[in-house]
Amino acid sequence: MATKVHMEALSPTMEEGQLVKWLRSEGDQVASGDVLAEIETDKATMELVARGDGILRKIFVGPGGTAPVGAVIGVIAAKDEDISGITSSAGGSESGGGTASAAVATKPEPKQEPRRAEAPPASGPPRAAAAKPAPALPPPASDTAENGGRVKASPLARRLAADMGVDIARVQGSGPGGRVVKRDVEAAKAAGVQAPSVSAWVPDEAEYQDVPTSQMRKTIAKRLTTSIGPVPTFYLTVDIDMTRVIEARARINSILEADGLKVSINDLVLKAVAAALRRHPETNAQWQEGFIRRFNSVHLGVAVAIDEGLITPVVRNAHAKGVAQISAEVRELAGRARERKLVPEEYTGATFSVSNLGMLGIHEFTAIINPPEAGILAIGAMEETPVVVDGAVVVRPRMRVTMSCDHRVIDGATGARFLQTLRAMLEEPAAISL
Amino acid sequence: MAVLTYREALNHALREEMRRDPDVFLMGEEVGEYDGAYKVSKGLLDEFGPKRVVDSPISELGFAGLGVGAAMVGLRPVIEFMTFNFAHLALDQVLSNAAKLHYMSDGQFDIPIVFRGPTGAALQLAAQHSQACETYYSHAPGCKVVTPGTPADAKGLLKASIRDDDPVIFMEGELLYNVKGEVPDDEDFVIPLGVADLKREGSDVSIITHGKMIHVALQAAAKLEKDGVQAEVLDLRTIRPLDMDAILTTVAKTNRVVYLEEGWPYAGTGAQVVSMIQEEAFDELDAPILRVTQADIPMPYAKNLEILAKPSAERVVDACNKVLYR
Repeated sequence: MATKVHMEALSPTMEEGQLVKWLRSEGDQVASGDVLAEIETDKATMELVARGDGILRKIFVGPGGTAPVGAVIGVIAAKDEDISGITSSAGGSESGGGTASAAVATKPEPKQEPRRAEAPPASGPPRAAAAKPAPALPPPASDTAENGGRVKASPLARRLAADMGVDIARVQGSGPGGRVVKRDVEAAKAAGVQAPSVSAWVPDEAEYQDVPTSQMRKTIAKRLTTSIGPVPTFYLTVDIDMTRVIEARARINSILEADGLKVSINDLVLKAVAAALRRHPETNAQWQEGFIRRFNSVHLGVAVAIDEGLITPVVRNAHAKGVAQISAEVRELAGRARERKLVPEEYTGATFSVSNLGMLGIHEFTAIINPPEAGILAIGAMEETPVVVDGAVVVRPRMRVTMSCDHRVIDGATGARFLQTLRAMLEEPAAISL
Repeated sequence: MAVLTYREALNHALREEMRRDPDVFLMGEEVGEYDGAYKVSKGLLDEFGPKRVVDSPISELGFAGLGVGAAMVGLRPVIEFMTFNFAHLALDQVLSNAAKLHYMSDGQFDIPIVFRGPTGAALQLAAQHSQACETYYSHAPGCKVVTPGTPADAKGLLKASIRDDDPVIFMEGELLYNVKGEVPDDEDFVIPLGVADLKREGSDVSIITHGKMIHVALQAAAKLEKDGVQAEVLDLRTIRPLDMDAILTTVAKTNRVVYLEEGWPYAGTGAQVVSMIQEEAFDELDAPILRVTQADIPMPYAKNLEILAKPSAERVVDACNKVLYR
């Protein structure tokens, strides 16, 4: 039977994909799982794999062409099989350039096993990253940063997820448009039970707590949103004396030298932010309709500038990692981010973010919150600054950080207490281990 | 159990009920001397005589009204419409009198009347004579609406309808009269109104339907089975009142629903059922519910267009695949 090659949703927010190149040509024999093409999504370049065996008989969209998710961009079939029905309905353009017709796009037919198949699909829809090891966390159902936190899920899937204690926002949907359906929740549950996370860090507590919103909270949220919406943001700035951090970094690097490793000041800042957030879960939180979700785990988004813009890879469970590990992960993630090779689960699901423009000489700045996170820290350059210490003017390395706070979740004093802790930790790095 | 045609099953039901209760009589165009336009009343004139098997003039509003009056004074009329396409002429008697008098008389009158005849399309009878009329009657409170799809259901439900103290709209199908099936001989074989019947068990998707469409649903289910999909077919049998327990049970079982009906989609029976499912079983749904209906147009006369306009097993299969995201 002929297998249509669909433009698949290779990122949670992908609506159309651009064909970078076909790795197989018309007439090639292909097997299920073979990489057919590279597709540029709104986030990264991903691999599109074959969903059936046979000969790649037709290609409808050539390099550089775009097609909406669900559009038929090729056909795999037996050598002599009649595929005229598919070629005519796919818009039938010969390979090369071209764009699949919109009419095709209205018929998304992700190829799925019937739901009664003996073995549930391993993790929702087949993704191009099939050959990579399973992600530590199931990828999120949607890029909440861009759609206001709405997860598309069937009513049944929502109920089952609530019953099973599965966080539906972390389930990859296999239905149309990435809708999470029953089989996805069941698969996520099964995966969650079997699979310890890759980082071997096993949470000994709930991932987060949902705190009901009081009337006052609701009123604060409503009034401030009316004023500056939809995320009413305010800013808190603090200067931090970095003398001890510099010393600590030198000592740490002398220890790491034997292993050929090195950490940066920024890595230590990230470590301190994670530790401070851990002590202030009220700032490691999200605004949800009806409640505030406070995370016990810290998943730290680290803004990385890339040619086309900006992406925020996530250091998962940063609070539980040492500075050397954080350093290695950030370097590795940032490297792949620049090559646009991140998979969605690597740049979604942060609970708080950090953006550092210090290396570009920026003294201080304000960063924009990446919803549904409630805060982001803008790190300025470390500069030799005259300050008054014990009545005398001395020169100290100072760094100015500015926290953007979602006022629905974080009040001025709440944010200030977090920054106080952060400053204390950076001014006396030993406090991080307290 | 005997194997009877749908037509014979109706005939047996009428005969048995007329023997059982002398208040039951049959009236309509050509029901007597001609044995009924579709021969449903074959032999009844000979057995029960012209006082109980009454040939009426071609005047639907007149004899429907006569029936309502007879019911008001205690008889149990069975009024045959040659087809429900002609019964529009009698809508005032059916909807304004039969359906309302119990309510408007504060219960002083029961209206134990059955209006029966074929509904829906046969083949190439064109726009005026191919209408599935169920929802005209189920829309207004006051009538029960019954749509049997098999000979056994035809017999058991007609007997129940005649015994019921409320007006019952009993809708048959021209294309059903020759359908054969096993029918219990028992004279007290009565199927209660408002009870659906699972015509086929399945686990993956529920096709909910009524009347002659059960056969289309079963064909679709057989095709789906070849693809490894187990479709459940729920025959509502009565579309007012609805058997919500049966509907909710199948929804909870498969989580995916296709509603199939012969009539138009706009405010159709499926629209009502879908609405009630989402109100009462929202959390059981794993996919939006789809409907397969006649195209929203007057029935074309041209054969090829008529075939395209009617619901088909292929369209049901497509809809099932869609709700299964296949």
